Amino acid sequence: MIDFNLTDNDQKILDYVRTEALVARKYARYYDENEAEFPPEALDEAKDYPGVWSLMGERTAEDTSQSVIGMLITMAETWGDYSVRMHKGRGAGLGNAALGAAGTEEQRTKWGGLLLSMAITEPGCGSDPSLVQTTAVLDEETDEWVINGEKIFVTTGCRADGVVIWATLDRSAGRAGIKSFLVEKETPGFQVSHKEKKLGIRADDTATYVFTDCRIPRGNLLGGKEEIPKAGSGGFRGVMKTFNITRPMTAAFGLGMSKAALDFAREQLEQAGVDLSYTSGTQGQSAAAAKFQRLEALQEAAELAVCHAAWLSDQGQSNNLEASISKAKGGSSVREITQGCIELLGPMGISREHLLEKWFRDVRITDIYEGTGQIQNLIIARTILEYDRSQLK
Amino acid sequence: MISFGPTEEQEVVRDAMREFSEQVLRPLAREADEASALPDGVLDQVWELGLTNTQLPEEFGGGGEARSPITNALILEELAFGDPALAIAATHPSVFAFAINDFGTEDQKGAYLPRFCEERFAAASLALIEPSPAFDPFALQTTAEAKEDGFVLTGSKRFVVLGDRAEHFLVLARNVQSAGTGTESLDAFIVAKDAAGLTIGDLELNLGMKGLPTVSLELDKVEVPAEARLGGEAGIDAGRLLAGTRTANSALLVGLARAVREYAIPYAKDRHAFGEAIAQKQAIAFMLSNMQIETHAMRWLTWKAAATLESREEATKAAIFAHRYTAEQGMKLADDGLQVLGGHGFIREHPVEMWYRAARTLSVLEGVAAV
Repeated sequence: MIDFNLTDNDQKILDYVRTEALVARKYARYYDENEAEFPPEALDEAKDYPGVWSLMGERTAEDTSQSVIGMLITMAETWGDYSVRMHKGRGAGLGNAALGAAGTEEQRTKWGGLLLSMAITEPGCGSDPSLVQTTAVLDEETDEWVINGEKIFVTTGCRADGVVIWATLDRSAGRAGIKSFLVEKETPGFQVSHKEKKLGIRADDTATYVFTDCRIPRGNLLGGKEEIPKAGSGGFRGVMKTFNITRPMTAAFGLGMSKAALDFAREQLEQAGVDLSYTSGTQGQSAAAAKFQRLEALQEAAELAVCHAAWLSDQGQSNNLEASISKAKGGSSVREITQGCIELLGPMGISREHLLEKWFRDVRITDIYEGTGQIQNLIIARTILEYDRSQLK
Repeated sequence: MISFGPTEEQEVVRDAMREFSEQVLRPLAREADEASALPDGVLDQVWELGLTNTQLPEEFGGGGEARSPITNALILEELAFGDPALAIAATHPSVFAFAINDFGTEDQKGAYLPRFCEERFAAASLALIEPSPAFDPFALQTTAEAKEDGFVLTGSKRFVVLGDRAEHFLVLARNVQSAGTGTESLDAFIVAKDAAGLTIGDLELNLGMKGLPTVSLELDKVEVPAEARLGGEAGIDAGRLLAGTRTANSALLVGLARAVREYAIPYAKDRHAFGEAIAQKQAIAFMLSNMQIETHAMRWLTWKAAATLESREEATKAAIFAHRYTAEQGMKLADDGLQVLGGHGFIREHPVEMWYRAARTLSVLEGVAAV
């Protein structure tokens, strides 16, 4: 049945997460201005907050499904702040999503408790991962993979216990040669080089990794399939499956912040006496009200696209197309919404006294990482046109 | 629980409507637009599907199924995919009948609903829109003044669908009976076509959806009895009525947007320039992918509004989000679709110029369909 109502359990969880998030927000400015410091694993207030997981056990089959509530929780968390959390969740890294999607059951059990980052991007390769230069060479004598290469923009890179990296078994095989490997921190030859300096999400842990003859056990290849599939046989698609949850999740990160921007703008506009009620005609409204409500509708549309992609995943249905739709829609919407909120508030919007200018900077990455808006559009276009990569470049 | 899954029954209905829309409505669309008239028999053909009576109570001859704004939104999307003008014409009696069902007194239901459960198409209209620029349904100019045993209605209405053949009009007006106390209400009044003081105008000439017959109404001190006020002394929940018609409009725009997208895609794959299909060029491909993104976004907002209505919660906000968003994006989508076809988009051999006019028309309207 088509339904958009939250159950009491759903509501309880989200109310709790928002309460935590508001506390976390108090520290948002500090860690934005003090980029070299990491927010703590747990805030001082954390002793009074048991964490959202304490509530998850009460959920039943009547409640909103796992991935969908996960998206809503994510939005509620970043509504507080992108980087500062009451409790830094373990097992919430992008690499954990990759492990879940591509790992064998044994691998998922073995590493499920670690916080895993995901390293794909390299200095010379972003949107086109077929250009991955990091190599994995099998040393049959020791049953080890030898990894060499450099990875940049690694989210949660400093804090993670390990990383899922993309490396190629054979550069000449293009995308088909790329496999996912799990590398634990402290492995000799694995060096966390430095934290990146960024426009936004400054408190976030974004690292550069260098691998120099880094040896990992043979069993660390996710999924365990060592052979290189023939070009076009879909082997790479398995690797890309990771994105079916991380793309909507990435959009959700941004949408939590754009919601915060909208809430702040509403509060300020109403205080200034702007009528934002929904019962006046568009033409009779103030320009500010009309624009604000347009942005609100955009927020809602993008949130629903995220929930839809997650819902399909929970139903066990393919969601390649919908994951890209949610990412493209989320990425463009959060830009427009935060830019629009600053426009609505004018000079007040750019002051560092308020967090709006920070949300404006923080959300900008949404339309870039995990596949730019343009990449998502390419994927969507190829899907609906039934074109392959050679037909639509 | 958040879910995007229609019930099995809804899927069956949706599939049936899709087939009907492709096989019956789409082939008649151009003819209706060129002739500015409804093709013979199309209203009866749709009527046989039972879209209006299925959700009316059994005691009045209806199908007795639960009123479902979600099911109706799914149906309207499919019908508008075939043709929005024909979809509106054929389902417009539902606007009247559902309003009587949802807000009417038992006497009003007994008096008006049985007609919509008969075999022949029963025309009836909602008279909402007014000629003023910047029309706002929450600030109507048409007034209802209380007098002994009834009301006096005065004002002008435009874009009254099926007004040329309706037996009754549901006229929305500002009830000023309590003027001075600050408690004016938005009310609906049942007015017979032959009421004294009511002038039904000639067919209006519109930009788009030309096959859809619409008229103007002039209400010059039309006297109606107290029983003509929908809902009796309790009146109606006008916000809910308007949320319903706005959600319906959104569903129609989703169907129209899908029609454009599904026409533009094969065209762009077929049309070659500079050695390849134009769809192979990102400038075109990205317009098409945007159409895919936006038809989804439009649909989810529409479903959310319909689901809010279905769970009987306050739906004004959800409906206005859906209404404004689908209006804006529906227009953009039709505009882009025409651009993809280039010169052919401008030629009346293809339906896209018709949809372009329809999108501009539909996106400024409300009160033409109900969920």
